[in-house]
Amino acid sequence: MTITQFILLGAALFSIGVYGLLTRRNAVLVLLSVEVMLAAVTINLVAFDRHVADQLAGGQVFALFTIAIGAAEVGIGLAIVLLIFRNRRTSNVDDLELLKL
Amino acid sequence: MSFDDWLSTSENWVFLVIALPMLAAAVKLVTTTNVVHAALYLVGTLAASAAMLILLGAEFVGWTVVLISIGAVVVLFLFGIMITRAPMGREVTLSHPRNVKIAAAAVSFALFALIGFAVIDAFSAQPLTEPADATRTGDLGAVLFTRFVIPFEAISVLLLAALIGGIVLARRDPGSGEGGGL
Amino acid sequence: MIARLAPVILAAEEAHAAELSSGGLLASAAWLIPVVPMVAAWVIALFGKRFPYKGWDVAIAVMGFEAVYGTVLLLSHIANPIGYEGSIEVARIGSFPIEWGWNVDGLSIMMYFIIGVVGFLVFLYAKGYMEGDIRYTWFFASFILFAGGMLVLVSAPNLIQLIVGWELVGVASWLLIGHYWEDHENSSAAIKAFLTNKVGDVGLFIGAIIVAVSVGSFRFSDVLDGVESGAPTLARYAFWAGIALFIGAMGKSAQFPLHVWLPDAMAGPTPVSALMHAATMVTAGVYLVGRVYPLYLTEGFADEVRSVIIVIGALTLFLTGLIALVQNDIKRVLAYSTLSQLGYMTAAMGAGAYTAGLFHLFTHAFFKALLFLGAGSVIHAVRSNEMTDMGGLRKDMPWTFRTFVVGSLALAGILPLAGFFSKDEILASLRFAGSGDSGFTGAQGGAALANVVLVLAIAGAFVTAFYMARTVFLTFYGSYKGHGHPHESPRVMWVPLAALGVFSIVAGWINIPGITSTFTDVVGARFHLVADHHAESFDYLAMVLGLAAAAAGIALGYRIWGPDQDTQEARDTFSIPVLYPLLSAKYGIDDFYMEGIIKPVRGPIARAVDWFNGHVIDFVINGAGFAARGIGKLVYAFDQQGVDGAINAAGAATGAAGSVLRRSQSGRIQQYAVGMIAGAVALVAGFVIFL
Repeated sequence: MTITQFILLGAALFSIGVYGLLTRRNAVLVLLSVEVMLAAVTINLVAFDRHVADQLAGGQVFALFTIAIGAAEVGIGLAIVLLIFRNRRTSNVDDLELLKL
Repeated sequence: MSFDDWLSTSENWVFLVIALPMLAAAVKLVTTTNVVHAALYLVGTLAASAAMLILLGAEFVGWTVVLISIGAVVVLFLFGIMITRAPMGREVTLSHPRNVKIAAAAVSFALFALIGFAVIDAFSAQPLTEPADATRTGDLGAVLFTRFVIPFEAISVLLLAALIGGIVLARRDPGSGEGGGL
Repeated sequence: MIARLAPVILAAEEAHAAELSSGGLLASAAWLIPVVPMVAAWVIALFGKRFPYKGWDVAIAVMGFEAVYGTVLLLSHIANPIGYEGSIEVARIGSFPIEWGWNVDGLSIMMYFIIGVVGFLVFLYAKGYMEGDIRYTWFFASFILFAGGMLVLVSAPNLIQLIVGWELVGVASWLLIGHYWEDHENSSAAIKAFLTNKVGDVGLFIGAIIVAVSVGSFRFSDVLDGVESGAPTLARYAFWAGIALFIGAMGKSAQFPLHVWLPDAMAGPTPVSALMHAATMVTAGVYLVGRVYPLYLTEGFADEVRSVIIVIGALTLFLTGLIALVQNDIKRVLAYSTLSQLGYMTAAMGAGAYTAGLFHLFTHAFFKALLFLGAGSVIHAVRSNEMTDMGGLRKDMPWTFRTFVVGSLALAGILPLAGFFSKDEILASLRFAGSGDSGFTGAQGGAALANVVLVLAIAGAFVTAFYMARTVFLTFYGSYKGHGHPHESPRVMWVPLAALGVFSIVAGWINIPGITSTFTDVVGARFHLVADHHAESFDYLAMVLGLAAAAAGIALGYRIWGPDQDTQEARDTFSIPVLYPLLSAKYGIDDFYMEGIIKPVRGPIARAVDWFNGHVIDFVINGAGFAARGIGKLVYAFDQQGVDGAINAAGAATGAAGSVLRRSQSGRIQQYAVGMIAGAVALVAGFVIFL
């Protein structure tokens, strides 16, 4: 196994996640894409951890933290989507254009 | 190392067997028109990533992914889908029109190309370092609570904040209330 | 205006002719002659109504003064020939001095005498004639103005002053012919006279300019000096000057074809007709020719013009005489008669007979004025001009009758009346010119031309006697056909008639060939001698032929319009078949002028010129305005579209750029994300590739 394949895998997953982030209209689906990106990051971290052969296993600890933060982020994200849905009766990100000039 | 040599190693076969479905699931996730299917494809992706992590020897991280990401987050997502009355079933307008998709595809492909180029340029076919053994959970725990205790505590506070924040945000509707986090 | 107050006495010292005295005080004070009437005209016009006789007193006083002065000058001149010319420079144009002067030589003195004496008698008559007239004072003001103008004309030592006097009499003529302007016919006649004169005046002006430029001065003495010394410049242009000056004379002296105004001028009051259109104004043309006569005599100058002069004169004398035969208006008969006699004078001048022409002018003034005043007397009594309203007046108006007969006989040229001598002298001169002994070459066959004219002149004598006989018989014989109560005119009217009658008898005796030559001496005494022929004795053939023609005319007239009633009534309606319509229509010349010249000019030509002026000439001016306006519009458009457009375009471009660029601020997060990721990728790619 080479390090490259893992990184490439991580890059591919990340790209797909970016694609989904940019393309999806429903806010929840956007968050799903973000989850995919997080998964890619996890793989990346662990692969590098093994490649570097860190005695402290810092990469893996970092990966744990990433998972935790991802979970927190999804929770808050969904709470926000809920709030928006309550106020505007829509979960279409196209309708959230208050920043428009 | 040529592709044939690479393929001859059994571990790479396993890698491929895990990686390809993962990618397929991810692609389906971002293109499907059914919201619930998307959530399920996330499950698939996360499961495959957990398998990949185990392949890499990080067993604890792998199982944590299964537990938390799949077990809690996906459920959270399903709840979110249901509460925001996202259109379940087939819905064509889940993605932007085509020109946006092209732009997004271009950007993401550029990103992939960049990283790929950088990686190949940097590491080319360097073999992955063979550790002596898979990482032991006890060692991971020891490091976590000694060397990384401050980030650990910080994450705890973060989770607490997220918990409270979630409650505050979602509180007004007494009928429903979602907590965040665990 | 530079006026040298001390007059320059020209040539009094350089008398070419023998024994020309300077005239003493009489001559040097002669500037009064034209000036006094001119002043009087203003006085009468402004203050006339305040005088006891409403202005007539001033007028008659002035004319009396003129008559006396003229007579005294004449007698002095006969005793001791005077040659004097005084001039004052009043202005200067370039190198041409403009002078006011007075001429005192034989020719001028003769004219002073005629104007003064005849004028005095006519003014006397006018008091009675114009009694109760609608514009009594104004009439005398205009009449005195005329007298002044005529005197300015005949006393002029230079062409400019002559032209001034010429125009003055033209204006006075217009004023007086149109005296009864309430009637449109009269004012039309006045305008016709003025304009016809004006046509001739063009020639006068051109001639004056040619002469002045050739010689370098307007003075007659300078011009005639040039002729005498054979100046080459003058010689080159003298022909044209001569023609042009004669055209001016034709206008004023009513020669064919510019004669049309004189018959119509009879619309004016009779005294006007008597003085102006018989004795004086119409003779101004003949006077002019006489004044510059050496020009027309000397070979190499304008002597070839004389054949033109003689032809015109002959045409006039014969053709107009014929028209007089068919006129019923007594004044018109006399008008055509005047035209005919003017033709005689002109023909004489053309034949080189300076003295004869002027002599006829002299005698004609008396008997024609007499005839007009007599006609006026008749008209005054009968209240009509038409001879069909007259008849048998010799019983009611004896003095008028007698004087009229005397005048008619004088006109017809019956011995021993004045007209006989002058007409005989003309015929003799014509015969002399036609004989080949004279210097009358002119054109080819000059002598033959003179003989033809002689024949015409004799025929003219016949015609003259004929129509005068007709007039006399129709007016005074037979029975009265009118409706009024004719009576003799008041004394103030028939006394002048008698005086003129006396003159008509004796005036000819001053120039009897072989016996007296007073007139010749009088008019010959001037600075520039005129080589003229004056016979030593009668030309018997001419005399006999003339008398015979006159007698025949009278006899025929008597036969046709004789004194007894029956003959007269029967022949009253006498008319010659073919000739009569032609003569009644006055050869169609008036109609030709009206239809052929006046109406086209008044109508289409005037309209065309007006259109041209309004559209073409004004177009140039308006075009400038249009162009300015167009340029203004262009500039405005340029400013609005061009300059402002640039500014506006800058603003619009900014706005457009803004509206394009604003789309990047859609408020859509995913768009921002695209941008950010793309940017980040680019940055990192830069680092990776280049670093």
